[in-house]
Amino acid sequence: MTQKGNRGSVSPDEKSGDENGIFEIDNVIIRFAGDSGDGIQITGAIFSHDSAVVGHDISTLPDFPAEIRAPAGTLAGVSSFQLNFSSYDVHTPGDRPDVLVALNPAALKVHLKDLKHSGTLILNHDAFDATGLKKAGYELDPRNDGSLTGYQVYDFPITNLTVAAVESSWLSKKQAELSKNMFTLGIISWLYDRSLDALVERIEQLFSKKKPELAEANKLALQAGFNFADTVEVFTGRYRVSKADLPPGDYKRITGNEATALGFLAASELSGRDLFYASYPITPASDILHELSKLRHFGVRTFQAEDEIAAMGMALGAAWGGALGLTGTSGPGVALKSEFIGLAVMTELPVVIASIQRGGPSTGLPTKTEQADLLQAMFGRNGECPVPIVAPSTPGECFEMAIEAFRIAIKYMTPVFFLSDGYLANGSEPWRIPDQDELPDYEHNVCSVPEDYAPYQRDAETLARRWVVPGMPGLEHRIGGLEKEDVTGNVSYDSENHERMVGIRQAKVAGIAKDIPDLVVHGPQKGDLLVLGWGSTRGACRHAIENAQAKGYSVAGAQLRYLNPFPKNLGQVLSNFKYVLVPELNLGQLRLLLRAEYLVDIIGLNKVQGQPLLTSEVEEKIYQILDQNYPRAAQA
Amino acid sequence: MSVKAESVNTSKSKASSSYTKKDFTSDQNIRWCPGCGDYSILAQMQRVMPEICEEMDIPKENIVFVSGIGCSSRFPYYMNNYGFHTIHGRAPTIATGLRVSRPDLQVWIVTGDGDGLSIGGNHLMHCLRRNIDVKILLFNNRIYGLTKGQYSPTSEMGKKTKSSPFGTIEKPINPLSIAIASKASFIARAVDTDATNLRDILLKTARHRGSAFVEILQNCNVFNDKAFSSFTDKTVKEDRLIYLKDKEPITFGKNQEKALAMVTGESGLKEVGIVNTNEADVADILVHDESSPGTALAFLLAQLDEAEYPVPLGVFRNISKPLYGELLDEQITEVTNQKGKGEFFEHLRSGDIWTV
Repeated sequence: MTQKGNRGSVSPDEKSGDENGIFEIDNVIIRFAGDSGDGIQITGAIFSHDSAVVGHDISTLPDFPAEIRAPAGTLAGVSSFQLNFSSYDVHTPGDRPDVLVALNPAALKVHLKDLKHSGTLILNHDAFDATGLKKAGYELDPRNDGSLTGYQVYDFPITNLTVAAVESSWLSKKQAELSKNMFTLGIISWLYDRSLDALVERIEQLFSKKKPELAEANKLALQAGFNFADTVEVFTGRYRVSKADLPPGDYKRITGNEATALGFLAASELSGRDLFYASYPITPASDILHELSKLRHFGVRTFQAEDEIAAMGMALGAAWGGALGLTGTSGPGVALKSEFIGLAVMTELPVVIASIQRGGPSTGLPTKTEQADLLQAMFGRNGECPVPIVAPSTPGECFEMAIEAFRIAIKYMTPVFFLSDGYLANGSEPWRIPDQDELPDYEHNVCSVPEDYAPYQRDAETLARRWVVPGMPGLEHRIGGLEKEDVTGNVSYDSENHERMVGIRQAKVAGIAKDIPDLVVHGPQKGDLLVLGWGSTRGACRHAIENAQAKGYSVAGAQLRYLNPFPKNLGQVLSNFKYVLVPELNLGQLRLLLRAEYLVDIIGLNKVQGQPLLTSEVEEKIYQILDQNYPRAAQA
Repeated sequence: MSVKAESVNTSKSKASSSYTKKDFTSDQNIRWCPGCGDYSILAQMQRVMPEICEEMDIPKENIVFVSGIGCSSRFPYYMNNYGFHTIHGRAPTIATGLRVSRPDLQVWIVTGDGDGLSIGGNHLMHCLRRNIDVKILLFNNRIYGLTKGQYSPTSEMGKKTKSSPFGTIEKPINPLSIAIASKASFIARAVDTDATNLRDILLKTARHRGSAFVEILQNCNVFNDKAFSSFTDKTVKEDRLIYLKDKEPITFGKNQEKALAMVTGESGLKEVGIVNTNEADVADILVHDESSPGTALAFLLAQLDEAEYPVPLGVFRNISKPLYGELLDEQITEVTNQKGKGEFFEHLRSGDIWTV
C-alpha cells in the first residue's frame, strides 16, 4: 500500500524538503472556488489537463450552479472545481481538499467547511470588502473573527496584482480583472512545481484564435502569479507530486460524456451501421449531443428533436430502418420517453437510451448528481416491460459500456438503458486509448432469412427476432404496440398468447445473463463484508475498501456494471459474505432489487445531497458494521 | 443508405411497373365498422399505389406506412407494405427518424384529428416546418371513434357527445391552418367519398418532395354520421364545394357561375365574398395559385367558415423547398470533404495525448 498520509498541505512544521526546498508528496486535492463569472471551471480544466499530461493520475469534480448567471458574489453563484492529482491510482476527486482557493467571500463561506484541518487557504484580499462580505452573508469578516484559525491562510490582493500585471495589454480594468483566475493558477503552479510551458500553450490553444488580447492577458497574469509566489517568500516550501504508475499506453483526459459519445461512435464502427442520435437538450446529457454533432464526417446523424418524446420516437424510427438508434437524456426525459420505450420492447427493436441521472424528483437538482433513477429505468413503464440496464462506474468506462449497450441491443433486439450520472458525465480522468484489438467483436446480426420467414420467429439461443428492415423485398410486414401473436407477429388479443409473449420477452432479457461477464470481486472472495456498489460510487467504495483492508479488515468490493439482468454469479457472491453493504446515492434502490431477487439482507449507505459519495463516509460505515458486530436485520 | 448488414433477397423483388391493387392488400381482416369512410380511403390508396410505383419507379418494399393510435391508425395493417402502428400522436417522430436515416424510402403517415391535432399536435407542426419528406394523411371525422364517441379538437363548438352532454365549450381547430402556419410545402384537402378527386390528390401527394399534408374529411357513420353532408351531399355539393384548380379563377356552382372575390365589406375593408361571375369585375375574382411563395391565399381559403362559404377541396399549396434530410446529407458530404472521411481510431487519438 502506498502511504497516503501526506496530502500536500503547506505546513510550516514539516521538514525542509530537498535542496530547492521542494517536498515530495503523493497526492494533492485542490479546490478552486469563486463566482460563476470568475472562470473557475476553465482554471480547473486547464490545471487538470496539465496534471494529467505531466503524468499524474487525476480525478476531477466540477460543481456549478444551475443558473447560468446567478447574482455575482452570492452564495448561489459560487462555482467550484476540485482536482485530485496523485502519484498513485486515484479513484475519486477526494473527499476534502488540501488546498482551497476562494476568490470571494461567498466561495469561502460555501467551501470552508470541507477544507482539511490545517489545510491551505488562498484568498483574494480584494474581494473581501464590505459589499462582498455582505453578499456572502458575513456579518463579521471571517479573516478576523477566528473562523480561519487552524488553516494556513494566504490573503493576497489577487485582483489588484492581476490588473497591474496585465497593464501592458490594452484591456479595460474590468476585463483585466477577469485574468485573476490565471494569476491564481500561477501561484498554484509555483507551489506544486509546475513548469508554465504547457499551461501557456493551453491558454494559447483556448484563447488565441477567438480573443488574442485575452490570451495575452492570461499569459501575463499566469506568469505574474508564478513570479509573485516565487518572490513573496510567505510559502515555506514547494511540493512535487511524483508521476503516477499508470499502465503503459497513450492517454488522454476524458470526461464521462465525451467517453460516452466515443463509445457510441465505436458501436457504429463495430456494427457497420450509421449512428442516429436524437435528443432534446437537458442537463447533464447535452454534451453527448454536442460531441456527436461534430461527427458529420463519420456519417453520424444528430437530430435536436422538438421534445423528449420525439427524440425517442426518432431513435426508434431510425432503428426500424436499420441504423443504430440512440437517444440521450436525464430522468425527467426518461419519464416522457417511457411510453415509447414500451413500444420498443413490444416491437423488439434495438435502441439505446442513455440516461444521465441528476437530482430528482421533478426538475430537482439539474446540475447535481444522484443515482435515484435506477428503478425508473427498471420499472418505469406500463405493463411487464423488461429493459436491460448497463451502468458505467468511471468516466473512462462510459466508453466500454456504451459499446456494450449496443452489443446487447442488437444481439437481443431490445431497447437498452445506459445509466450514467452527472458525476461521471462531467468528471474526468486520464483514459488509456484502446487499440483496435481491445474492442469487442460485434456478432453481426446478418439477416439470413428463411423461406418461411415470420416477423416474430426467434433465434433459439438469444430469443431475438430478426432485424428485417423496410426495403427488404418479399418480407413486408407490420409491427406495432398491440400484442403480437407468437411467431407471426399479427395482432392478437388471445389471453394465452399474451401470457406466453410476456414470458418470452422476460426470458429474453433474463437470458442476457449468460452473455455478460461475471461480477469481479476485489479482495477476499469470502469474508466478513462485501461492499457492493454501482455506477459512480466506485471510486469512494474502492478507496474506502483499500483503507479498511490496510487496517486488516476482511472487506471485499465489487461494482455492478450490469443491473438488468444481474451477472449470473451475483447470488453466489452475496452468499460468500457475512454482511453486504450497498452504498448508493438514493434511498436504497439497488438494495431493494437485490433483496427481492436474492432474499439476502443488505445494509444500505444512502446519501441524497446531490454530491458524490465520500471515501470517509463509506469507510466509517465499514467500521461501524465490522467493529460493532452490526445486527443483521433477519436476526434483529 | 445505412443498411449494411442485411443480405437482401432481391429475387423476391417485383418490377415497380407490374403491381396491381392486390399487391397492396394485406391478409388481415379489416376491423373498421361497416360503412366507415376509412374503407373508401383504403381502397383508393390500394388502387393508386400501382400507378405511384410505376410513375416513380419505386418498389413496394420501399413504401412505408406509419400511424399513431385511433381508427385511422389501423390503416398500415391493411396495406401490404412495411408498416408501423406506433403510439398515440407520435407517428411523425418515428417517420422522421426513419426517413432521415433512410432516404431511399417513401414514407406515409396516417393520422386522425385526435391523434394528429390533440395529443400529437406538437410533432405535426415540427415535422411540417422542417420539411421532412413524409406524406401525412389526416383523416378528420371530428370525433373520437375508437374510444367510442368523445369530442375531438375539430368538433364544432357546442357539439353534444358522451364527454360533452351539454355541448362543448371550446372552439375547434382548423387542420389546414396549422399546416399553413407551419409552412408545409404541400397542403391539400379531399373527401373520403369523392373517389376520383381523392385518387388525384393521393397521386399528387406521392409526387411531392417534402412534407405533404392532406386533410381527408372522413365520415364516422357510428359516432358522428353526416358530419360533412351539409356540403358533400349530392344535392348540395355543386353549390357548396369548390374544386381548386391551379392558376384558374376560384369558381363553383353547377355552371361555375359563382366565384370568390375580394369585395368591400360593411366596414369599408376588403374581404372575401361570393359574386356572380357574369356580374363581377374579373379583376376582383380570386385566382388560385398553389405555388405562391406566400401563404395568404391558402390561409384565406382554409379559414372560410363552412356555414357561410363553400368548402374548398384540392391542392391549397404546393411549393418546392429544401428537404431536411437532403440538407443533413449535404452537411455530411460537406464536412466529409473538408475533414476527410472520419477514421475512428485516428479520431480516438485526436486532442492532447501523452504517453506513459
